[in-house]
Amino acid sequence: MTDAVLSIRDLCVDYVTEHGAVRAIDSVSLDVYGGEILGVAGESGSGKSTLVHAVMRILPPPAVIRGGVVQFEGRDILSLDEGELRALRWNRISMVFQSAMDALNPVITVGEQIVDTLTAHRTIPTAAARARAGELLEMVGIPDSRVDAYAHQLSGGMRQRVCIALALALEPAVVIMDEPTTALDVIVEREILNTVRSLQRRLGFAVVYITHDLARMLQYSDRVAVFYAARIVEAGPSAELHRAPRHPYTQGLLRAFPTVHGEEEARSIPGSPPSLVNPPAGCRFHPRCPFVFDRCREVVPEFVSVGPDHAAACHLLG
Amino acid sequence: MTKTVARDSGLSLWVHAIRRDRKATIGALIIAFFVLVALVGPLLVADPDAPVGIPLQVPSAQHWLGTTGQGQDVLAQLVVGTRTSMAIGFAVGLVVVLVGALIGVTAGYFGGRVDALLSLLFNVFLVIPGLPLAIVIAAYLPSGPLTLGLVLVVTGWAWNARVLRAQTLSQRKRDFVAAAVVSGESSFRIVTREILPTMTSLLVAQVIGGTTYAIGAQVGLEFLGLGDVSVATWGTNLYWAQNDSALLTGAWWTFAPTGLCVALVGFGLVLLNSGFDEITNPRLLQERTWRAYLEKRGCEPSRSTPVVTEHD
Amino acid sequence: MRYILRRLGFYLLAAWVALTLNFFLPRLMPGDPATALFARFAGRLGPEAMQALRETFGLTDASLFSQYLTYLGNVLRGDFGVSVAYFPAPVSQVIALGFVWTIFLAGTAVIVSFTIGTMLGIVAAWWRRGWVDTWLPSALAFLGAFPYFWLAMVFLYVLGFTLGWFPLGHAYGDDLTPGFNATFLADVARHAILPVSTVVLATLGGWLLSMRNTMISVLGSDYVNLARARGLRPGRVMMRYAARNALIPNVTGFGMSLGFVLGGSLLTEIVFSYPGQGYLLVQAVRSQDYPLMQGIFLVITLAVLAANWLVDLVYLWLDPRIRDSAS
Repeated sequence: MTDAVLSIRDLCVDYVTEHGAVRAIDSVSLDVYGGEILGVAGESGSGKSTLVHAVMRILPPPAVIRGGVVQFEGRDILSLDEGELRALRWNRISMVFQSAMDALNPVITVGEQIVDTLTAHRTIPTAAARARAGELLEMVGIPDSRVDAYAHQLSGGMRQRVCIALALALEPAVVIMDEPTTALDVIVEREILNTVRSLQRRLGFAVVYITHDLARMLQYSDRVAVFYAARIVEAGPSAELHRAPRHPYTQGLLRAFPTVHGEEEARSIPGSPPSLVNPPAGCRFHPRCPFVFDRCREVVPEFVSVGPDHAAACHLLG
Repeated sequence: MTKTVARDSGLSLWVHAIRRDRKATIGALIIAFFVLVALVGPLLVADPDAPVGIPLQVPSAQHWLGTTGQGQDVLAQLVVGTRTSMAIGFAVGLVVVLVGALIGVTAGYFGGRVDALLSLLFNVFLVIPGLPLAIVIAAYLPSGPLTLGLVLVVTGWAWNARVLRAQTLSQRKRDFVAAAVVSGESSFRIVTREILPTMTSLLVAQVIGGTTYAIGAQVGLEFLGLGDVSVATWGTNLYWAQNDSALLTGAWWTFAPTGLCVALVGFGLVLLNSGFDEITNPRLLQERTWRAYLEKRGCEPSRSTPVVTEHD
Repeated sequence: MRYILRRLGFYLLAAWVALTLNFFLPRLMPGDPATALFARFAGRLGPEAMQALRETFGLTDASLFSQYLTYLGNVLRGDFGVSVAYFPAPVSQVIALGFVWTIFLAGTAVIVSFTIGTMLGIVAAWWRRGWVDTWLPSALAFLGAFPYFWLAMVFLYVLGFTLGWFPLGHAYGDDLTPGFNATFLADVARHAILPVSTVVLATLGGWLLSMRNTMISVLGSDYVNLARARGLRPGRVMMRYAARNALIPNVTGFGMSLGFVLGGSLLTEIVFSYPGQGYLLVQAVRSQDYPLMQGIFLVITLAVLAANWLVDLVYLWLDPRIRDSAS
């Protein structure tokens, strides 16, 4: 087993509001191994997006990191200063955001933005940078003649590919993708995911892939972590999770997505995710859980190993 | 920090906003002071038109702000002028928003050709410079507050129309409006019951801004001599000061206090408006809370997400 | 290209509205300004002047429509009628000289003020905690609350009259003859400092706040976050990603405020006896010289419209999205 390239332990993140602090990430621990695709699933507001922004320390105000350790390539990100963070960001760990239209500067060309990224971290003459920008675009499937295009002149799918090219420009070790295809139609989505997977196999970077579409993710990733109400409830190899999900929430999620062959009826989980301002005591899923019993309402469940590298936090397992 | 605050609504929301923000409180106090002077002041001072002493006297115990080139009491003129200037200012500020709302909301709500026509109308008025237009209109009319008010409204309404149209357009697209349209509510009811209530804070800000504009523009026009120069207002005071060559005779007291009052009122209105900023832009409040939180714990607000590990 | 033509069309329309207003105003006004005017000047003006005045007020025998056409024709030829106060000089001649000085004063002030104000606004938004963001905007807002001409009076009194650091008025010393030589230009500059500074200080706060506010909202956008996440140097993010985008709405605001600033500048000219249109305006108002007033109105309006069109061109250059948009 290779060492984890990114290792998160007991991370806590709060949003400070005038009504008090809201805990958006509650004592989350997670490992990312080199060269793997790790999927992070969960509903909107469950904390998955906050997690990866916190790892790069680009959460905007009013967010504050309240505790934990984030080890990346042997260094604790939470103790680095601005200069060290800037050197680390994009060089070793990069990100693809959800909405590509807003992620690109509207008044300069996409080529110039790639060149900006290259020249910010490497001493490289402009001509060479431009050439490299063209190569990167080709790599993600955009003809390099588009290097002088502005963001508004490209389609949604192409803009997202530009963002991927940006993310790969410095050959980082980890690429985080925060719902990169949510705003695109399914055909484009599939093409992009295939592009990412083939690039990943070729260049060897790890991918942390965030989505609310658990079924899609099980197809593409090697391992999966499931978020619920600011905590991780289950994590393990995709094949395992698909075959034998152990947490009631994961089971519910899988049932909620219909299969193509229509063997089973899709059934959604009753109720809705809790507000993080006043979350339920004990196991946060207990109000919606079909197997709930007394202990669930009072005690926070610990992680229990249920298979090789597969663990879930549920009292049913302990 | 952690006590829960009951949801404010209606008037208490505004009062709370004023009390909470120091700038707005100062602004409110300044305006309150001048309103008081406008209401009560003229009863307490001498007749501003009567010559009471030697012309161009330096401020003294007898005449706190000295005398004008015609021997009139500067303080009396200032106080009496406050009433007229502020009354016209506020009235124009109100009317300008009413007209702007009428045209802007109609344009934004109905869209299509109505919008195109009305937009063209206010865009043209926006681009034609106000002062020359005001002069040309006012020159033909009898001088007095009505002419002044009319001219100020004609040159000032277009900006409000533009802003309110933009706001109406964005509200128009929202679901609750679509629901009202589908359920067959009349346009008038939709506009007055669904759309306008969402714009209250904007309308208040506009009235304040309109008043600021009106007072400033009024003073400018009167300075040129387009107001009724026999009536004491802030602007006419300055007109006479210039006419009597105040600068070249060194009689600073004939113009300095008046200008100061204009600026204080204008500034007070701006401060008041900035306090309401946080109602219209909640992100500002959010940022402020975050900064206070960090400072209390001795942390620097940095560009990267800060790490605060002590337990409170 | 379509954008430029469309904007040009709009300004031509606005110019036409101004012209038409100018034509109809004297004919619409209640009371009878014409009679009062004639009564005043009856003995003093010759028959041609009276005839010219009658034409201005539409008191001739021609139909309204043909009067309108004559009027338009005259304006297009640069004939704005004959001035009453400066009789027999034609209005165009009276205005011409003053026009240059007004444009010089207002133009310099507006460019200096916008540039400095915008730069300060960028700094204020970027370094939110510094004094540039905490005290300066309030201080400048206070300055901006004073009427421009009042600030002019204060400056003139303190810096000119009391301290004697600057000349007391006019555009150049009475002893110099105008010409493109260093001495004259230096003297012009010396005389321009106080008036220009007045307008600059009065308007600086507005530009600063406006740029600061757009910067703050741009700084929260995704592409700025991404730029930071990509590890670009802060200076680069501030200028190329944030400021460049925040500038766009401010350029629009700049165009819209030109008319307003010009108005204030005219009033400032009066205080400094600057030989521009402001001084002419006062004379026109005092002597009820309607042709002159209308002439100044037209000329100023056309100048502002032209300046707005130039600003639109700059806007086109700044925002690549406009170049491609068809609507």
